[in-house]
Formats: sequence, structure tokens, C-alpha cells
Amino acid sequence: MWKRDESVRPASGQPAAPPAPPAPATAGAPAPRAEASQNRERDNVNIGKSVVIKGELNGSEDLTIEGHVEGTIQLRDHVLTIGANGRIKAQVFAKSVIVLGEVTGNVTASDKVDIRDAGSVDGDIIAPRVAIAEGAHFRGSVDMQRKGAAAASPSAPKAATPQPAAQQPAPQKQEQNAPQRVGA
Amino acid sequence: MGLLDRLATRKTEPDVQPRLSPSADDPVFATKALRKFLSCLTSRESPVLVDLGPVVGSNVSFFGEQLGCKIFVEDLFADLDRHVRAGTLEALPAFFKKRFPQEAGSVDGILCWDLIDYLDRAAAQELAGELTRVLRPDGALLGFFGTAQAREARYTKFIIADEVNLKHRSYEAARGRQAILLNRDIIKLFAGLRVSDSFLLQNNLREILFRKPA
Repeated sequence: MWKRDESVRPASGQPAAPPAPPAPATAGAPAPRAEASQNRERDNVNIGKSVVIKGELNGSEDLTIEGHVEGTIQLRDHVLTIGANGRIKAQVFAKSVIVLGEVTGNVTASDKVDIRDAGSVDGDIIAPRVAIAEGAHFRGSVDMQRKGAAAASPSAPKAATPQPAAQQPAPQKQEQNAPQRVGA
Repeated sequence: MGLLDRLATRKTEPDVQPRLSPSADDPVFATKALRKFLSCLTSRESPVLVDLGPVVGSNVSFFGEQLGCKIFVEDLFADLDRHVRAGTLEALPAFFKKRFPQEAGSVDGILCWDLIDYLDRAAAQELAGELTRVLRPDGALLGFFGTAQAREARYTKFIIADEVNLKHRSYEAARGRQAILLNRDIIKLFAGLRVSDSFLLQNNLREILFRKPA
């Protein structure tokens, strides 16, 4: 069901077609980078536009969805990309989630949720890092689960917004008079 | 006429030239009430925040990563636009009545921004009641209220630059600001809350920080 980009890969144990000779490394440095990029592309699994999946989707590799998925998606240690054509109605669990299409459902990521400018999420997000681009649609809640990080980081901005008690207006006076200040 | 109302009717203040942000064209305005609002939030462990404006990624990061808030993004401006375009504004009060899934007294802070200015009286009253309901005792609500009629039908995204500055990014709206509210009207509207701080800024915006009595 998942469409792997394996068209360039020889089938295991069938060396019928000899592998294409490696491109000559004319420029030196860029060759390994291109190879790494190719490997990464090969490792990325695609669910095509016309594919509809209903049920539970589990995986242990990065996945890009351009089709429709309803149910649950679990890629605990990997990156899930909802492509621009992807339409998801599911609970999503992954290491990182990149949204360029539409997601309806809760999204939980152990690393990051990234909603790109045409992306849309209707649901609750739980992730330590969340990036929402200008133009993205989001409706729901965001919980960045900071408790552990806060304890470890003394420079958290609780200290950045100090409010000495002396500067706090007297509550009773505020209640009675609702003081208006002119400033800024 | 009390001091509050007299200040509220000052509409002839010269326009203040906003400082331009170095990173974008959005004008940056000072805010006096935001810092106090933040201090209300940071006094709580894992505060729950409701943002009634459109989602702003940097605000989500600010409140989520830096302040450890759980943020509910409830874009009521989008809801208002939808009702205006569908011609169902009379249904807005009933819509607001069912709009908030949060339990009573479960929210530590509400960013109301300038939403009230765009609502009719009945919708504003219903919304204020709902916001008062979900706010926990001692919780804070930050509202902005215009003192001058705007010429264009545009909303404003308030983007937190830092705790004393907000970027104002305007965007297209289906309707403009409705009647300018006097301070006494605002206080009546949020009858279940008390005014903790109120500032009239030079850009003709009133910032009011409400607290729910403990």
C-alpha cells in the first residue's frame, strides 16, 4: 500500500539489470551530499495522492502522506510529513510531524510539530517544540510539556517578568476605583 | 462624568507614529498591561491560556516554550467573519454560549485582544459571560478597546515582540469596529470581573486587565 520509491533499486538477489554506474565525481565534494540525499529519498516512504487508508498505520521509517488516512498513525521515532495533498483524520504519534496538508485529530510528537504556511491542524498538539507559520490554520490546544525543561533551565522567563510586590497596585483600591493611567 | 469616562472619550489625540520593527513592516506599539498579565500567568504552575485571536506561531512559542502554558487557540474573529458572511449574526450569542469546551473555572488567562469592539451588544454580553465562567478565581483577562472609530474593516493580529511591545499586523475583516464602548459599559459587560489595571495608550487603545475575584 505504501509506495516506496524503489524503481531505481535492483530487487534483492536479482542482478538482472546492472546498476547504473556512479556518476563521475567531477566536482568532488557535492557527490557524497547528492548520494546522501538520494539515500534519504529512498528511505522516505510515500503514500500517494490516490491512496485511502482506514485503520492503524504503524511504521519504523520516515513517511510522507499525500493521500487520505483515517484512524491512527504511529511513527514513534520517525518523521511524518503530511504533504500538501494529504488529508488526515487521525490521532498522530511521531517523533516529528510536518504539516503541509490538512490534519483533523490530535498530534503528539516527541520532538517537534511544524505547521507550514498552507498547513491546517484541527486538534490538540502535544510536543516540546511547535512551529506555526504565518498563514497556517490551527484550531485546538498546544501543550509543550515544559515541566522538565523548566526545572533544568534557570533562565526560563519566569525570571524575565519579575513583578516586585511593591509595584503591584493595591487590590482593594483597584476594585473600588478602577484606576485609569495614561501612558506609553 | 467620571474620570474614566472622560478619558475614554478623548478621541482627538494625535496619531502616534508607531516604531517600525527592524525585522518586518508591522508597526510596534508599547503595551503596559501585557507584563502584568504575564505576571498573573507565571504565578501559576502550567497555566492554561485561551487566545481568542487568530493563531500566531511566535505567540504560541512564547507562551508555550517560555512560559510553559497550555494554550487553547480559539479564533473567534474567524467565527465572527463566518457569521457575518453567512448573514447569521443574530445567532452569534447562542453560538458563543456553546463555543467554549473548557470547564468552569479552569482557565488561568484569556487573551481577548480587541474582539469586543467588533461585536454587537448581545454577542459581547454573552461572550463576556462565558469568559467569566471559564476563568478561574484570580485568573486574568486582557482586553483592548478602541477609543476612535476605525475607517477600515480590518482586524489586528497582536504579535508579542517582548513583554512591553506588541506588533500590530492588520488583516482583512468582514466587518469593522462597532460602537465605541465607554469604560462603564466595559465594566458592566464584565460584571463578574474586577478591573485590575487600565491604561490609555497614545495610540488610542485602552488596555484593561481584569481579574476574577478569588
